[in-house]
Amino acid sequence: MTEIAEVGLSSRAGRVQRVFTPHGIEAWLVEEHAIPLVALEFSINGGASQDRPERPGTATLLAGLLDEGAGSYDAEGFHRALDDKAIHLSFNADRDHISGHLQTLERNTAAAFELLRLALNEARLDAEPMERVREQMAATLKRDLHDPEAMANRAFRAAAFPDHPYGRAVRGEIASLPSITRADLDDLRKRAFARATLKIAAVGAIDAPTLARLLDEVFGAWPELPELVTVPATSVANLGTRRVIDLDVPQTTIRFGRPGIHRRDPEFIPAMVVNYILGGGGLTTRLFHEVREKRGLAYSVYSQIQSFDRAAMLAGSTSTKNERAAESLAVIESEIKLLAHDGPTEAELDKAKKYLTGSYALSFDTSTKIAAQLVHLQQQGFDISYLDERNKLVEAVTLAEAKRVGERLFGDGALLVTAAGRPDGM
Amino acid sequence: MQVVVIPDHRTPVVTHMVWYQNGSADDPPGKSGIAHFLEHLMFKGTKAHPKGFSDLIAELGGQENAFTAYDYTAYFQRVAKEHLATMMSLEADRMTGLILTDDVVAPERDVVLEERRMRTDTDPAQQLNEAVQASLFPHHPYGTPVIGWGHEIETLDRGDALTYYERFYTPVNAILIVAGDVEAAEVGRLARETYGRIAAREKPPRRFRPQEPEPRAHRLVTLEDPKVEQPAHERVFLVPSYTTAAPGEAEALEVLTHLIGGGHTSLLYRELVIERKLAVAVGAYYMGTSLDATRLWIYAMPTPGTALEQLDRAVEEVIARVADHPVDEADLQRARTRLVADAIYAQDNQASLARWYGASLATGLTIEDIARWPERIEAVSAQDVQNAARKWLDKRRAVTGFLLPEAAAA
Repeated sequence: MTEIAEVGLSSRAGRVQRVFTPHGIEAWLVEEHAIPLVALEFSINGGASQDRPERPGTATLLAGLLDEGAGSYDAEGFHRALDDKAIHLSFNADRDHISGHLQTLERNTAAAFELLRLALNEARLDAEPMERVREQMAATLKRDLHDPEAMANRAFRAAAFPDHPYGRAVRGEIASLPSITRADLDDLRKRAFARATLKIAAVGAIDAPTLARLLDEVFGAWPELPELVTVPATSVANLGTRRVIDLDVPQTTIRFGRPGIHRRDPEFIPAMVVNYILGGGGLTTRLFHEVREKRGLAYSVYSQIQSFDRAAMLAGSTSTKNERAAESLAVIESEIKLLAHDGPTEAELDKAKKYLTGSYALSFDTSTKIAAQLVHLQQQGFDISYLDERNKLVEAVTLAEAKRVGERLFGDGALLVTAAGRPDGM
Repeated sequence: MQVVVIPDHRTPVVTHMVWYQNGSADDPPGKSGIAHFLEHLMFKGTKAHPKGFSDLIAELGGQENAFTAYDYTAYFQRVAKEHLATMMSLEADRMTGLILTDDVVAPERDVVLEERRMRTDTDPAQQLNEAVQASLFPHHPYGTPVIGWGHEIETLDRGDALTYYERFYTPVNAILIVAGDVEAAEVGRLARETYGRIAAREKPPRRFRPQEPEPRAHRLVTLEDPKVEQPAHERVFLVPSYTTAAPGEAEALEVLTHLIGGGHTSLLYRELVIERKLAVAVGAYYMGTSLDATRLWIYAMPTPGTALEQLDRAVEEVIARVADHPVDEADLQRARTRLVADAIYAQDNQASLARWYGASLATGLTIEDIARWPERIEAVSAQDVQNAARKWLDKRRAVTGFLLPEAAAA
């Protein structure tokens, strides 16, 4: 049976239908026939944090193989079936999730969902594509081996999350990639492909009954419960330390971070506002003014709040010539301490709120962006109504609250810093 | 000033873009990077808005940026539709009202130098690509990177920026693209009230570009660097663009490119990656939207133990086969289907639609060229593809680039 939520007027949430399939699968749908396209996004829990410690990259390899042969199709046949109908299908693994992305012309919707069904239920994981995709992953890792940004990120991850799955490489390590076996992939697939953590959103030229029927065909045979390893909650370690990774290049890439405030935390919204003022907001932030505009120290400088399933961090990055890299870092550290101590000004808070509320609509102007947003909200446990509530929450942030949450977010300002290059005096 | 409106009423949002028909290929000799440097400086303020208007746009919930390419420079804002008029008046203001002082110009030049360090000076693959482009275009300014050469960026000053600004920033040289929840008549009215009030410069801008002679010699460019762990191969051909090609020829190059290097079903992927295990990745790209003769890339990453010379020969064998034999009809149909579908997928994204129209018009194409593109792709035959391969994928028209680890000392 298909239930459709009441449709409101002039509300973003009102355009979203909650669809329940006969097999009890839930999906959020925005039906829109202006363009003959259908976009589907979904995710399940069970990304790289499920990799065995000595075999990082297992989830990435599995995601890379789902479209490399399924059912009666070998790898080439499967890609030909997709290309013959111009169907876009891809899979991805991050730390916490495996996700899928499907986009098709309306007239090929049935064929597209059938290929998705095959990939998710009957992927062959044949030896030929397995070795090929493994080599492709190794080549990417080799390409990044002496890339300053990748080096700084690797060092940061390892120092921030020692002895935790988040400290390991999502895309694997060159040395251990060869040890991942077919049995590892089967094991992960068996443990993770389950309905309980499945989050789905569809946008475009498809109605609720059709979507419900097709989703049951794709996901209906999955077991209800996954068998995932519990990932412990964690936080950024090694605060107040710096690690310089030597690389013979004229510019130093700096990565910095400290514990953040999680997307699910009641104080996330004020934290987002305060981070916007520090370095989250493009051409108008304190870091942009102080590091880039005033001193010409860098092209790019930013900070962001990242929420993994079991950790949150405030993280940022910049790149400055070796001679002045220490100056960039000093400016960033000083700006964080200043904002922690004094809080934002009334004018800054006002501008931040105006931007964050006014720009929310820009995240909803393409089918794939809308679908991705809707899956993201479900992952974080929000209801459809959040689409309308979110701007009210931003507007309600007071100066006192922003200051208090800023103190919590920035604390004593201690950072974990990694830097790749040959910085003077760091 | 040409005005183009692309309606998309699904979301109450608009993308507002102004495209100037000048890019890095119009930088005066010795002043490479000035188009891009000026693009940065355009955010520094005007008589009416001495501190720039980024804060104002942000307060309206808008997102903004700009980019410079070889043939054009574009500025854009994405905002809720009720703020379109404000965006138009701000953008019109900085078309002629720019104010620059040395104390904002000097740090911004450092920013651009950091941008170049970030993109190029720390990345051997990008350094090889610069050298390959310089070899493919020994005469035409496409051989100079958009951002400019470092030693010339260091010398650019306020006077250079203003001279360049006064030469090119004027309505007759600009194209306005508005995509989103808006009607053409309303945009026309707003355009007359904003851009329409700007007086023309004394001299209309003109581009002076030396053109490449017909290439006669294949060139091999090699870059060895100790930072390279994964070797890479590229082969770039000098080919006509949509603007310079004879009718149908650019479309044939587009289909040819997709057939040889477009994804997992392409000829190069099938032969080099799946069957012969010489490459882990391979692809092709035709930069068809270009004012002058342009580039068609083939790139590949070898499997461990495969020499780049061996990979290069295998690429040549695939090219020779396409030049000597008609392509398989099913492969051809698949390539045409994918390309034509791209035009439908593009309708889902107002910002990329605006970019497609802007880049096409700024390189001399028309709205009708864009509208008829799918049917012209459908019309490409196996013979057209074979002819294009034989005529344009001639090794004498190409530069090959090898990216290698530093050789051990002899």
